[in-house]
Amino acid sequence: MTTRNALELKGVKKNFGRAEIIRGLNLEVHEHERHVIIGPNGAGKSTMFNLISGRMKVSDGSIKLFGNDIHNLPAHKVNRMGLSRSFQVTNLFQNMTVMENLRCSLLWSEGHKYAFWKSVMGQQAVTDRAYELAERLNLTEQAEIPASLLTYAQQRSLEIGCTVASGAKVILLDEPTAGMSRTEANDVIQLIQRMTGENTLVVVEHDLSVVFELADRISVLVYGEIIATGTPEEIRNNAAVQEAYLGTEVH
Amino acid sequence: MATNTAAGSTNLLKLWPWVVVPLVAIVLPFLFDSGHAINLLSHMGVAIIFALSYNMLLGNTGLLSFGHAVYYGLGAYVAMHLLRSINDAGGEGLPIELLPLVGAGAGLFFGIIFGTFSVRRAGVVFAMITLGLGALVHSSSLMFTDFFGGEAGLFGYRDEAPSLFGVDYAPSRNVYFLVVAWAMIAAILIYLLKKTPLGWMANAVRDNPERAQFVGYDPTIVRFIQFALSAMFAGLAGGLFVITDEIVNDEAVNALTSGAVLLGTYIGGIGYFIGPIVGGTLVTFLESSLSAYTEAWVLYFGLMFIAIVMFAPMGLVGIVHTQYLNWKAGGWKGNTGARLYILLTGLVGIFGLVCVIELAYHYFRSWDPSAPFALMGVTVDATNALPWLVSFGIAIIGFGLMLFHGNPMLKRKLGAKSDGGKA
Amino acid sequence: MLETIAYSIFNGVLYGTLLFMMSSGLTLIFGMMGVLNFAHASFYMLGAYFAYTFGLGTGFWVALFLAPIAVGAMGALVERYGLRRVHQYGHVPELLFTFGLAYVIEELVALFWGTVPVAYKAPAALNTTAFTMFGLDYSWFKVFILLVAVAMFVGLWALIKKTRAGLIIQGALSRPDMVGALGHNVPMVFTLVFAFGCALAGLGGVVGGIHFVTDPGMAFMMGPIVFVVVVLGGLGSVPGALVASLIIGILQTFFLSVNFSLADSIGTLGIENSGFFGVLWHMEATRIAPVLPFLLLVLTLIFRPRGLFGKREA
Ligand SMILES: Nc1ncnc2c1ncn2[C@@H]1O[C@H](COP(=O)(O)OP(=O)(O)OP(=O)(O)O)[C@@H](O)[C@H]1O
Ligand SMILES: [Mg+2]
Repeated sequence: MTTRNALELKGVKKNFGRAEIIRGLNLEVHEHERHVIIGPNGAGKSTMFNLISGRMKVSDGSIKLFGNDIHNLPAHKVNRMGLSRSFQVTNLFQNMTVMENLRCSLLWSEGHKYAFWKSVMGQQAVTDRAYELAERLNLTEQAEIPASLLTYAQQRSLEIGCTVASGAKVILLDEPTAGMSRTEANDVIQLIQRMTGENTLVVVEHDLSVVFELADRISVLVYGEIIATGTPEEIRNNAAVQEAYLGTEVH
Repeated sequence: MATNTAAGSTNLLKLWPWVVVPLVAIVLPFLFDSGHAINLLSHMGVAIIFALSYNMLLGNTGLLSFGHAVYYGLGAYVAMHLLRSINDAGGEGLPIELLPLVGAGAGLFFGIIFGTFSVRRAGVVFAMITLGLGALVHSSSLMFTDFFGGEAGLFGYRDEAPSLFGVDYAPSRNVYFLVVAWAMIAAILIYLLKKTPLGWMANAVRDNPERAQFVGYDPTIVRFIQFALSAMFAGLAGGLFVITDEIVNDEAVNALTSGAVLLGTYIGGIGYFIGPIVGGTLVTFLESSLSAYTEAWVLYFGLMFIAIVMFAPMGLVGIVHTQYLNWKAGGWKGNTGARLYILLTGLVGIFGLVCVIELAYHYFRSWDPSAPFALMGVTVDATNALPWLVSFGIAIIGFGLMLFHGNPMLKRKLGAKSDGGKA
Repeated sequence: MLETIAYSIFNGVLYGTLLFMMSSGLTLIFGMMGVLNFAHASFYMLGAYFAYTFGLGTGFWVALFLAPIAVGAMGALVERYGLRRVHQYGHVPELLFTFGLAYVIEELVALFWGTVPVAYKAPAALNTTAFTMFGLDYSWFKVFILLVAVAMFVGLWALIKKTRAGLIIQGALSRPDMVGALGHNVPMVFTLVFAFGCALAGLGGVVGGIHFVTDPGMAFMMGPIVFVVVVLGGLGSVPGALVASLIIGILQTFFLSVNFSLADSIGTLGIENSGFFGVLWHMEATRIAPVLPFLLLVLTLIFRPRGLFGKREA
């Protein structure tokens, strides 16, 4: 495994008013690894994602993406530097069809920027990529259906597709299987493995069986701090983790 | 709003409106050949461009502007200054056909300047900034009389300027054809803009600015470019207005003009490309024809707007389109009668309401309320109770039947149908 | 100069208190419901006209109470049968609805009362001189305006800080979503707040209609300025509205009462009275006064969208 770090968080803090939610968080995510974040409700996992992805500003500390500082950059700049994310609550262009969602997600990474002199539908490369993605997402049949009319599981897959489509090397997924049945969750996990390939992946996940199946390494976030990072084996055997998390929150 | 996403099919057959509409537009001045009618048609053309440019903001990008007249008016003023300098030079210089381009340039220029600080936020903040800018520019128009010509405005002469094709623009019909040509060009360009990456992302930013950021787009820049381009087309409309009317005054930049384009676009339907076309046409028509016929036109206009906002946010085009889709999907089977009944009772109600309003205007506004008054072809005395009772009666019966008889009837039929479907 | 300053402060405060009466209701409504009521100035206008008409029958003092109540009732109807329906579509349609309403109310007012100003005057008792300052007479009516404004501010303050209803409003101002969670009937609370805000505007109209003129144009005249006050003060903040009203009142009165231009006071410096900056250099302050509020509005929204005292952004 390479030692280069895709993501590096050092002493990151975030407070909302007087409440300190992230309290000096340190984390290293290696390139190409699948890193799962676990932790109890309200530990600050989504907040951490918001800080990394530029949705919120950090109060203190630094975040590096492939060695470049990204804390306090606006979200679209972070995205252009190679990081993309999904949300805990489905976040799509609800009025657009599956294909339109995919096309929108591809436009920037295919270099079309703010162009107003060429037609979107005339871009063969975008069309081909979008169809290919729809196929890999198993959404070919729903290609022309508005996102708002898809089933919940389909919406979640589409969101993963859009996240991948935007051409990022580092992908953050916030509870991609939340609210799903066992079979649906399994499908989504397979989908994630299929779609993300070589990319660096950071996933928040509650379902421990999923966690151990997916993870190269696991970090445990409790009360705004990472209390342990390691391989699934190490985490399983870590006493502090068992006490703080696994012991109390068995799913 | 499903129809307002940017996808389109390249089916050639679907292009028929682009052929039929200009053909109709060219035939119209031969059918209605009074000077007044042709002027009205020209104004409609200008209003259509203006409304289309407005919908680039409201419909396509979700930006509600209360100050779009700024770009229309400033475009008109700059074009007027150029026209005057051409007049002064004895008719030498830019051909009159290209004058709207000057307006467009001015619109773009001011759109870029004001856009830089208007578009950082959407929603209410944007609306308030445009309101403030509109008021600012309008107040300035009375301060800087050199440029704005004070209360009287500025004049210029369109026939004392060179023509590209040697056309004499003294007759208003020739001006009308110029308007049609520019309206077509503007409509095609605005339509094509919707199909570009910018147009798509404008929709994306309208629906979900956050998601747009996470696919790499800066919502502020998307809004900014849309805003500047929209201002450009507003300026084009302004430049064209200089040719049709040969006068510009502070009315071109005032709040009423900004309000009228908002009302018209919304009434037409912001979710459809032809919405603003219908709206722009209708506003111009009502403003000129209805205002000659009744004093109450602003009231009718306001009531219509409120009714649309409350009951049919997709506008007039939206109403027709939903009914059409419904009919095509077979949703009218077995209840066509109920639908027509609702339509009919609604119209009766509106008729009654119109009678009431007309009576009220006569009663409160005319010098002698008891003077004979021609209401819908019947001569009545507005100080008598009878015409009031009849008018109110018609309105109440019409709306009453619609709401408490027609609607439940349709609901019952639809309910019965869906139950049948399930069984 | 001292005279001018004293004069513009006193008249500015007077104008400012009138602005406050108009805008306090708007800021309350926005803070709680998130609705920017475009027709707020129209309710202010209705207050003036109602007071005029009631006053013909009952005299001013009764009308002073009746008119705001009537305006509040109209507000309740508008909220219940109009806004509530539009609410489901989002904030922009709400704004559009009130925008259309402003048009309709203006037309109706013009229909019933005519397009020329009505003779709405202060009662004779208030028309006598209260005191004289720098050679100018000030009537009891102006004192009365100040008293009404102070009573209104104190009343609002007491209502918000000291009563149970105020507690709910206060909670709703900071976390509108929580009011429902606490088991209050949110639609009912909305209707009441909207009615109350409109009644405040109506009270402003009862007084302002006398101070200015009562004609159908008064709403479109004051509407944008009321927005400026509310945005500058911070949407949802009542003290903010007071401070912003006074700032704008004093500033505008000052510009209206001094007679100077940059060219007069600094010298022409060879700048000619033409071109954008030239004209500006020679422009008398009185002619800049009408632009000032809008300049403030735009600058506030650009540099400090939550205004002076606001907690949330617009
Ligand atoms: N914008 C905000 N303002 C104030 N507090 C916030 C904000 N966002 C999050 N919080 C608080 O921060 C804490 C952490 O929230 P976060 O959503 O990051 O938790 P999480 O670990 O993702 O939990 P879950 O497993 O439920 O998703 C919570 O107590 C939450 O109330
Ligand atoms: Mg979370």
